[in-house]
Amino acid sequence: MTTAVAENPINLLGRSIRDFFCGFGGLVVFMLRMLASLRRGLPRRHVLVPILYEIGVRSVPVVLVTGTFIGMVLAVQTYTQFKMMHMESRLGAIITMTLVSELGPVLAATMLAGRVGSAMAAELGTMRVTEQVHAISALGADPVSYLVVPRFVACVALIPMLTAIADAVGILSGWLFSWQVLGINPHQYWMYAVQFVTGWDVMAGLIKSVFFGCSIAIVACQQGFHCGAGAEGVGRAATQAFVFSFIAILGMDFLLTVVLNTTYYLIWPQAVSLAISGAW
Amino acid sequence: MTAPAIEVSDVRCVFGSQTILSEVSLRIAAGETVAIVGESGCGKSVTMKVMMQLLRPTSGTLKWFGEDVETLSGLERQQQRLRLGYLFQGAALFDSLTIFENVAFGMRQTGEHDEQHIRQTVLERLEEVGLSAEIVMKRPSEISGGMQKRVGLARALALSPDVMFYDEPTTGLDPVNSRRIDDLILSVRQSRGVTGIIVTHDLRTVQRVADRIVMLYPRQKLPDGVEQIIFDGSLKELAASSDERVREYIGDEFETKTAQGAEIERQQTLLKSA
Repeated sequence: MTTAVAENPINLLGRSIRDFFCGFGGLVVFMLRMLASLRRGLPRRHVLVPILYEIGVRSVPVVLVTGTFIGMVLAVQTYTQFKMMHMESRLGAIITMTLVSELGPVLAATMLAGRVGSAMAAELGTMRVTEQVHAISALGADPVSYLVVPRFVACVALIPMLTAIADAVGILSGWLFSWQVLGINPHQYWMYAVQFVTGWDVMAGLIKSVFFGCSIAIVACQQGFHCGAGAEGVGRAATQAFVFSFIAILGMDFLLTVVLNTTYYLIWPQAVSLAISGAW
Repeated sequence: MTAPAIEVSDVRCVFGSQTILSEVSLRIAAGETVAIVGESGCGKSVTMKVMMQLLRPTSGTLKWFGEDVETLSGLERQQQRLRLGYLFQGAALFDSLTIFENVAFGMRQTGEHDEQHIRQTVLERLEEVGLSAEIVMKRPSEISGGMQKRVGLARALALSPDVMFYDEPTTGLDPVNSRRIDDLILSVRQSRGVTGIIVTHDLRTVQRVADRIVMLYPRQKLPDGVEQIIFDGSLKELAASSDERVREYIGDEFETKTAQGAEIERQQTLLKSA
């Protein structure tokens, strides 16, 4: 009887919708709990520094590799198209613009969701299944303050910095590849890059990365805190932390792009945008 | 009349569709050592975690030292919680911290102690559980399971609790280490007058350390309205119990050793540890 009910597609759809809203609600409650803990004070230095090192310093190689390849791939992909329009000298503008406002933040955050988010979920999940989270409560401390707040602070502070590194390395690798391999004049590369890319574009990319950092920390910690029993539960928490963070990054990227573009054209109305042309 | 150290009334715990505890009521007097026994899945550890408020019951009340926990403010609850210590089944030492940092953790969290006092207390507690200062810089993974349990006990004792919860303290240990942990439980009680609540399957430990035994029966095997606590009494009463469910659990171990003999052994151990 139960099996028949479970196989009913309408039932399955209903349960999936219910699970989605329950999961989302759980995430919101967890975030509010974390923010309440954060209001009580910042984490202590001896707790925060190792986490900053783990999330920041140890992620630098991953970010360098990511940035390098994005810059070079962008140069290769755009060169052919731009050459057809005899605009290859403007490669610097498109590489820099794409990197700082879109690909840099999104791809750096994706890499960090894989490296940092999964590791955090697995670590907290292991602590949960081995009762270390309960042990923190038993010793009079708040597990959210002790475990989640430092990770949140570290992600929010360091992911924009790591994104800035990825952007810079991507622009440099794009420039080097364009100059050495594609034969673009380096002076023109930088001239167009500076001419087309504004401070707003750089800020928009960094604002996005702050939100991506928040979502990676909250999703990963929530998955770790609520992971199932045993090795299977920890493994699933680590995988889900990456998948859900990635979905959150993409969804947020879309929303933030719309909001930031709208804000930009509200401040500088002379510019044409989708936002004021009635598309939104 | 002094208030009981811990009191739970009509506690009900439901996880998903499964009822683990139903209408469990228990009073633990200050100074006594109570062993909670019962077959796997009957809710022993859940009962203890509810008493420590590591798990919130679906319904029912919990009192610490006569005060309803739900009526306490956050700060009061935190202060009262520091009067309770917990030895976890797997010790639950923090992997990323050294033994020293593990034992010092609770004291550092309170923020009321200077580093010199913390250092002295950590070394004293480790010595109390029979561990030397040489291990303080090691990580939990570098010491044996028995030593981890003793470090876990030292960590709980560092905050000088009035009540100690022991979750299967001797599970997975060899007889030598089991006996050592039993001796420590007795010595903690003897030297500090700490109230003890022990969840265990080890009837030898029960015989040695417990004043009172509480037996839980799995909720799923009981009809509604029937008490989940099927036995609450002394060791002697346990041995004499004619309840089939009790006899099934205690089995031959109690037939080969009379309750009287066990009581004598317990008194001897208490004297020895004193």
